[in-house]
Amino acid sequence: MNAAMQTFTEYVTVTVGGQLFGLPISRVQDVFVPGPATVVPLASPEIAGLLNVRGRILTLIDMWRRLEVVAHPGKGRNLAVGVEHKGESYGLLIEQIGEVLNLPAACLNGGSLNLPQSLARVSAGIHRMKDKLMVVLDLDRVLDPEPGGKAGMAFR
Amino acid sequence: LAVNQSTDRSEGRIASGSIRLSISALDHLMTMVSELVLTRNQLIEIMRRHQDTEFAVPLQRLSHITAELQESVLKTRMQPIGNIWQKLPRIVRDLSAELNKTIDLELAGAETELDRQLIDMIKDPLIHMVRNAADHGLETREQRIAAGKPERGIIKLFACHEGGHILIVISDDGRGLDIDRIRAKAVSLGLVSETECRSLTESQIQRFIFAPGFSTADMITSISGRGIGMDVVRANIDKIGGTIDVSSSRGGGTLFTIKIPLTLAIVSAVIVEAGGDRFAIPQPAVLEIVRLRHDCGPRVERIQGSPVLRLREKLLPLVDLRSLLRIGDGERDETRRGRLIVVMQAGMQSFGLAVDGVSGTEEIVVKPLSAKLQGITVFSGNTILGDGSVILILDPNGVVQSICMPSQAQPPSSQSPDVNGEQPAKQSILVFRAGSPSLKAVPLSAVTRLEEIDAATIEVLDDRSVVRYRGQLMPLVPVSGNMHIKTEGIQPLLVVSVDGDRFMGLLVDAIVDIVEDRLAIEVVSERPGLLGSAVINTRAVDVMDVGYFLRLAQGKPGEIEAVSERVAA
Repeated sequence: MNAAMQTFTEYVTVTVGGQLFGLPISRVQDVFVPGPATVVPLASPEIAGLLNVRGRILTLIDMWRRLEVVAHPGKGRNLAVGVEHKGESYGLLIEQIGEVLNLPAACLNGGSLNLPQSLARVSAGIHRMKDKLMVVLDLDRVLDPEPGGKAGMAFR
Repeated sequence: LAVNQSTDRSEGRIASGSIRLSISALDHLMTMVSELVLTRNQLIEIMRRHQDTEFAVPLQRLSHITAELQESVLKTRMQPIGNIWQKLPRIVRDLSAELNKTIDLELAGAETELDRQLIDMIKDPLIHMVRNAADHGLETREQRIAAGKPERGIIKLFACHEGGHILIVISDDGRGLDIDRIRAKAVSLGLVSETECRSLTESQIQRFIFAPGFSTADMITSISGRGIGMDVVRANIDKIGGTIDVSSSRGGGTLFTIKIPLTLAIVSAVIVEAGGDRFAIPQPAVLEIVRLRHDCGPRVERIQGSPVLRLREKLLPLVDLRSLLRIGDGERDETRRGRLIVVMQAGMQSFGLAVDGVSGTEEIVVKPLSAKLQGITVFSGNTILGDGSVILILDPNGVVQSICMPSQAQPPSSQSPDVNGEQPAKQSILVFRAGSPSLKAVPLSAVTRLEEIDAATIEVLDDRSVVRYRGQLMPLVPVSGNMHIKTEGIQPLLVVSVDGDRFMGLLVDAIVDIVEDRLAIEVVSERPGLLGSAVINTRAVDVMDVGYFLRLAQGKPGEIEAVSERVAA
């Protein structure tokens, strides 16, 4: 094996709707249990609220709704991954946090896979692992406002 | 940290008289002080709950020191308004040569100081207004002599502190605003009807110059009248929480009064409650807060179902904060006794906002909304309150926009413009039949194209139908589960864009009509694919959820089965 020549990327693995996702570890700031958040009326459903984290206002994103995966009943949305994007703080609500994986870039499959639209839009590829697949999330695409302007009022 | 930096600064000043500082260092200092103010507020909030502790005295001292620190840091950011006036004499000199008018510029109060950030933001509006005064306001030399005025026209700028505000007055001794032309223009733009216009006072008519797209200048000169009019000036001043007003007399000149806050960073806000949530309203926008009572005082009346607040013989549009934000239990009763109504002003428009409660005022540090939330126009920002919770700040202008939107979309002759509560705007609606004789509808904007295809070209795969369309295989989804998909003849189809260049087809039985109406869903449905029922052109229709069918076409087999089961049941 010529493992020494390969480039590796470290991922924090999280579970949303039973599916394994990988977040580049360089983007993850912390993992925390969010307190009660301030609801934002008229916002798109994926916005779970606003939270004061050490004097900064953080926007909570409901990853089930963002990725349009089916919510697993019974599992609370009680864990958030803190990330920063364009100078703003976000908290991604997830089910479970998993181990940190160091994976060779060569194992990353491109986007040509048969993913649902909602996932294909935000994924940077898929990692084949021995027993399962991990969808690598492109955080910029997860956190950028949708071009169609999903936020705001639905019917006006 | 903030305290240390501040002392460093003042020592530096003693040493050399003055030092140069980068603006970002000052901005950082300001942010830190703002955070300190917030923390102080937080402590005070805690102290309210604990009486008689030994912390009371030191906290009071901390509170004083914080206030003083805040004031002195604000001072370091202050610049005299004269800094932006320096250019004006030259601009006016150039203008007078170009326009062949003799213009005297008088400046007073140049030493009045205001926040650097505000200086930046009022610079362009001020220059614009001086240009306006020179070009439109002042007459030509001949006209002035004919009117018996001195040959030299005068433009005056005056600035001073007044309470917590800065007052800037721009005046000229020119021809004044032409009321008749403004009135005619306002009517032709549909801002008011002719009948309403007659009941307006002169000053009300003059204020139309601040309306969007308003310009009475027939001639576009190189100096002014290029589409950026007083509406842009007003928008800029609104943005910094200021107000602008005009008064004018024919032949006697025009006088603009601008009032802006001392600083942007920290504003005083009224905290209100609605539907269990709290919201902040910038205090300058609040005119008064009234309570509805049985016997006397303000009353709520309805004009065609829309609530209107009758306050001292004035009629103001009234909106319930709960229904505006679609929060709470849906029980909307603006008229209930004892409800509090915050009377607000945004631009020229005053209105009433019904809230559940008012919990006091607080100094807040405005923080911008996350990029994910910037599409929501009714909020201008968010902040952290004394108790540590995050609160959204209502934007009075955004609120006005969402109240008045429907009235601007309709012709000016129908009804008075202010009273259309919270109805959605008119839009094109496609009405069709599918599966049953009852009418169904979708907003036309959701549909890319209407097509009729030969039913014989539809190919049926295991569980779905597809058709070749524009060189691709387009999935077809019947709008209703009990629809019979034709095998021959003409099949009407609503083509919906999935993403840019991929499409799906919604199968319908017949397209009935395209109507212009409001799509207000009155009975909300739980059934998948159906948003609810609405009245369109006096007939009840089912409003379909296009997004649902899109998801269906993208192949989520589980859901499709579930749907067909439900339809069968």
